[in-house]
Amino acid sequence: MSSVLKVENLCVSIDEKLILKGVDLEVRQGEIHALMGPNGSGKSTLAYALMGHPKYELVDGRISIDGESLNELEPDARARKGIFLAFQYPVTVPGVKVADFLRHAVTNVRNPNRKEGEGLIPMREFRAELKSRMEELGIEPEFARRYLNDGFSGGEKKRMEILQLAMLRPKFAILDETDSGLDSDAVRFVSEAISRLAGPDMAIIIITHHERLLEFNRPQHTHVLLAGRVVERGDARLAHELHDQGYTGVRQRHPEAAAEEQAAADAGNRQPAAAR
Amino acid sequence: MATDLKTTDEEIGIGEYQYGFHDSTANYVFTARKGIDRDIVTQISEMKNEPAWMREFRLSSLEMFFRKPLPTWGGELRQLDFQDIHYYVKAAQGQERSWEDVPDEIRKTYDRLGIPEAERKYLAGVKAQYESEVVYGSLQEDLAKQGVIFTDTDSALRDHPELFRQYFGTVIPPADNKFAALNSAVWSGGSFIYVPKGVKIEFPLQAYFRINSENMGQFERTLIIVDEGASVHYVEGCTAPTYSSESLHSAVVEIIVKRGARCRYTTIQNWSSNVYNLVTKRAMAYGDSLMEWVDGNLGSRLTMKYPAIYLMEPGARGETLSIAFAGKGQHQDAGAKMVHCAPNTYSRIISKSISKTGGRASYRGLVKVANGATGCKSNVVCDALLLDSDSRSDTYPYMEIDEDNVVIEHEASVSKISDEQLFYLMSRGLTEAEASSMIVTGFIEPLVKELPMEYAVEMNRLIELQMEGSIG
Repeated sequence: MSSVLKVENLCVSIDEKLILKGVDLEVRQGEIHALMGPNGSGKSTLAYALMGHPKYELVDGRISIDGESLNELEPDARARKGIFLAFQYPVTVPGVKVADFLRHAVTNVRNPNRKEGEGLIPMREFRAELKSRMEELGIEPEFARRYLNDGFSGGEKKRMEILQLAMLRPKFAILDETDSGLDSDAVRFVSEAISRLAGPDMAIIIITHHERLLEFNRPQHTHVLLAGRVVERGDARLAHELHDQGYTGVRQRHPEAAAEEQAAADAGNRQPAAAR
Repeated sequence: MATDLKTTDEEIGIGEYQYGFHDSTANYVFTARKGIDRDIVTQISEMKNEPAWMREFRLSSLEMFFRKPLPTWGGELRQLDFQDIHYYVKAAQGQERSWEDVPDEIRKTYDRLGIPEAERKYLAGVKAQYESEVVYGSLQEDLAKQGVIFTDTDSALRDHPELFRQYFGTVIPPADNKFAALNSAVWSGGSFIYVPKGVKIEFPLQAYFRINSENMGQFERTLIIVDEGASVHYVEGCTAPTYSSESLHSAVVEIIVKRGARCRYTTIQNWSSNVYNLVTKRAMAYGDSLMEWVDGNLGSRLTMKYPAIYLMEPGARGETLSIAFAGKGQHQDAGAKMVHCAPNTYSRIISKSISKTGGRASYRGLVKVANGATGCKSNVVCDALLLDSDSRSDTYPYMEIDEDNVVIEHEASVSKISDEQLFYLMSRGLTEAEASSMIVTGFIEPLVKELPMEYAVEMNRLIELQMEGSIG
């Protein structure tokens, strides 16, 4: 039976400032969802809150998989429950080799009950798997020996995120602007890679501005965020329309949310530049 | 090295420190009364049947020790009570060539530390010092045939008196500092190594220093002579039981690296947190030679240690890689000294320190270039990693450059484990402790990868042990 990730009335604040104001979302394994909305509408906040970033305070609402709440779980426990976030800006960890890191991560995610200090998955098995995933993704073998994201170009960092996705095989993958900052070849590479990875066992939630990613990975569901609320839902046609026409129409149809968005922007502008 | 220790923390009554167990001292051959004076020093010399010159050397060093004030820089030394320490403790009668002949209890300790196992796997020779004396020694036969000497320093004084006297105390004279004077007065044990011209020893020689009893002072004295074109890698490991009162470890290590020779001296020290570790280490490197200190400082209450290299002739190179890990109640004041005495000499210092749960790690280093030593190059990099806001890191880089035509570089950085790094790693299924440990391991990786594989594994394992339970 396929799993369901359910988000109910999710309210999230950062530094006491309310960003998400009651978001509902239901994602089933195997589905592709597009999460759209103008800058500052709360897309990345939703992604981070699902993954459990400690700075994102869950004020109200519930995140659950198959009825089991994730609210109190640390990010690592959520990863072991099958959630994955491909970062918009992957972090550099100097001195930690990609292969060593991934072997540890894969071990933990595949053996959710593993205790600290217990053995890792066998090296030979892991190496063989890593090698074939890298080949499929067209990633140079020497990547495995490099330090995690250290000195990687923007495109290499995104490939590394996709490689991790391929190795960890989560039930629910959130891609936070995985296509941003890439040239068109790189965007195509990422799009194709994701479409190869997608399947009945993996749901994909795509946060994007690009049409390309959604062309290759046609969403069954599109959700539009404005000022911390989902204001519209539709299918692939909605995503296409927003890409063509921008968010003016959305704002006109939802004047209250648009006013909140404006007020938040004004408040931001009033702060001294250094604080923003 | 240390593998599969079966003792649990409960049994040995400590938290993170794994080597805090101790053996009974009931069957010891001799324990000097506490305190230091002329009688104790004379007694040590007599028990060792030393020649008169050594007794005189000890007694005059003792006078220097009394005369010299405690250093007022570095760490806090005022709580160290020199009269509350046993300066000489002999646990067993002699030095054995087979582990089977070592008294059971002592042998078991070394088994738990994994020494015999390491010896079988990848060492060319071993010295095991327990308290004041070396209780076990071995050296591969073919090396002995080539004229390599690897013995304890007491035996060297007896068996190789001329070689001994030619070099002993020449690199670090007793008057060098208060603790060198103390060691010169009460020294016992330590390694003596002579590598003849052109002999290259492939596998490491290892010494393992173990303190067992309470209020113990260990004062080994190591002297290494690497003759022209020869090479050696010497490794020392150190542990002690955890006691509520202080122990003192104050070694002197002198090294002479002759023309074209190469010496690497690796320390992986992991003292319990009641040990004052005040060590003087210095090497003289001659023409076109290479001297390397790889210095891993974990544990102890206070470590003050600055391995030095005097670059005596053109083409000499010196390199120090230093790792310091300061946990709760610990102060690591460590670093390096490079003294360029000749033109076209080269030095490099890489220091990495980690502080957590209120620990303090200081880098203290000196680069000195003598007048006339033109064309010298020196590069110093020190990086500190703080694991929390209670911990502390300081950098004291001293430069004394009396020559214009030189290249001196210095870089320093202090960083904290970032929340974003933790979140990133945790989002991939690593626990917070695993993520922190991985970041720390990555931080020291550039140094650890310089170590032979077995020691790299050991160093990483020790760091992981230090990290355990650090997340609250």
